[in-house]
Amino acid sequence: MGLDFSIIPDYLDIILLGVAWTVGITLAAAALSFAGGVVFAVIALYAPWVIRQPFRLIEFVFMGTPLLLQLFLIYFGLVQIGIDLPAFVAGIIGLGLHFAVYNSELIQTSILAVDRGQMEAARTLGLSRGQALRKVVIPQAVRAVVPPIGNNMIALLKDSALVSVIGVSELTLSAQRAIGKTYRPFEFYILAAAFYYVINLCMEWVQRKIERRISISR
Amino acid sequence: MTEQTHFVDIRHAQKSFGSLEVLKDISLTVERGQIVGIIGSSGSGKSTLLRAINDLDPLTGGEVWLDGVQVNKTLPHRQYEKHINAMRQQVGMVFQHFNLFPHMTARQNVTMAPMMLKGLSQEAADKLAEEQLDKVGMLERIDYYPSQLSGGQKQRVAIARALAMEPKLMLFDEATSALDPELVEEVNMVMKKLAEEHMTMIIVTHEMDFAASVCDRVLFMDKGVVVEEGPPEVLFRNPSKDRTREFLRKHLEGAK
Ligand SMILES: Nc1ncnc2c1ncn2[C@@H]1O[C@H](COP(=O)(O)OP(=O)(O)O)[C@@H](O)[C@H]1O
Ligand SMILES: [Mg+2]
Repeated sequence: MGLDFSIIPDYLDIILLGVAWTVGITLAAAALSFAGGVVFAVIALYAPWVIRQPFRLIEFVFMGTPLLLQLFLIYFGLVQIGIDLPAFVAGIIGLGLHFAVYNSELIQTSILAVDRGQMEAARTLGLSRGQALRKVVIPQAVRAVVPPIGNNMIALLKDSALVSVIGVSELTLSAQRAIGKTYRPFEFYILAAAFYYVINLCMEWVQRKIERRISISR
Repeated sequence: MTEQTHFVDIRHAQKSFGSLEVLKDISLTVERGQIVGIIGSSGSGKSTLLRAINDLDPLTGGEVWLDGVQVNKTLPHRQYEKHINAMRQQVGMVFQHFNLFPHMTARQNVTMAPMMLKGLSQEAADKLAEEQLDKVGMLERIDYYPSQLSGGQKQRVAIARALAMEPKLMLFDEATSALDPELVEEVNMVMKKLAEEHMTMIIVTHEMDFAASVCDRVLFMDKGVVVEEGPPEVLFRNPSKDRTREFLRKHLEGAK
């Protein structure tokens, strides 16, 4: 049996729906991982001990265990304590928190790298520490961290395929569904790979845009 | 509570970093509208003294009073934060390395604190930024980022940023030391203008000519103490202490 790409158009709607899910989940999880990364970083650096410790536990769980296990835990495990999340929500939360922990590490380093004089200048004007962090330190730290966070987001895109195991019909699962009907794994996996590649390119393009915009202001 | 008549009143200021005593029982008063210069070699404690006035480097002993209110009074943490933020709004500070916010334009550098702390609307804040930046001759660059400005221009924006909070007192910590020589004058001009407006200022500087021309009084600090103080014409021309003479002589040689 040779290769036959001509059957693809018949299943393109399934695949494109998968693309849409992948893009949606990736964007939502990326946003969560970014916001969560900032929050975790601020907690790790500035929160009192009683708040910091539980977060260190969360950090340990999300860094030290497989993402797959985390997704199972959030989707299947939480049901037992009465939290029944739709699969895609569980997927977004799992991916988002997992990468938030990685982003938090980057943001912490970059907060500490902001010149001490910046905090001092802000405090001298009368800003509280929280206000100075929010308006002066964190915006600069976040700007410095766009390139490495961009790399994390591409890893996030790739790992979004894992949410297929909890039944979200994202790109990889859609390809598998099409393969189940046609028995043509090569064609559809290649097609899926091509779509991942295109999404990847788009993300890099967006990242470059952001980098260019913030480079003027540094 | 002691009655308190001086505008700035530093009483027996003492500061140690660990075992290093940087300020040794310094007392100093400044009246409203006065301009006081502080000179002295590097490491003598000038910055530490200046930074004690708005509690950036809290004293380990002694008191700082501003306009009848003790700056470094003992309060529970929360209340102290509130108190010190209110005090700092009244004291402008200008740093050697400008410390402009690099992610904000000149305008935003100036408007941020007034909008945040005084609740100014965007329009009112814009008007304020235009006024203040015009005053320091930077109106044309109002929408430039710090990275697009020269050192002298940055420092002028930093002064405008401080003035926008309408401080009662301005502190300058070697405002021109990091500048190329040809850029010093434009910043000095701004400071002279403030002097003409009778802004109360404490100026740490290495520029004796400038200090002589704007200051009512000059202090010479060495190793954490005020060795000598007086009007500039006396302190520079006719110092009474050997250490002052030696410092001025070395400084003069260094300048040549
Ligand atoms: N945060 C700090 N920790 C430890 N030592 C400090 C600190 N800040 C200043 N010092 C020390 O205090 C002394 C006085 O410093 P400073 O006030 O900056 O002097 P000046 O401004 O006159 O050059 C110096 O010996 C300096 O090393
Ligand atoms: Mg100094």
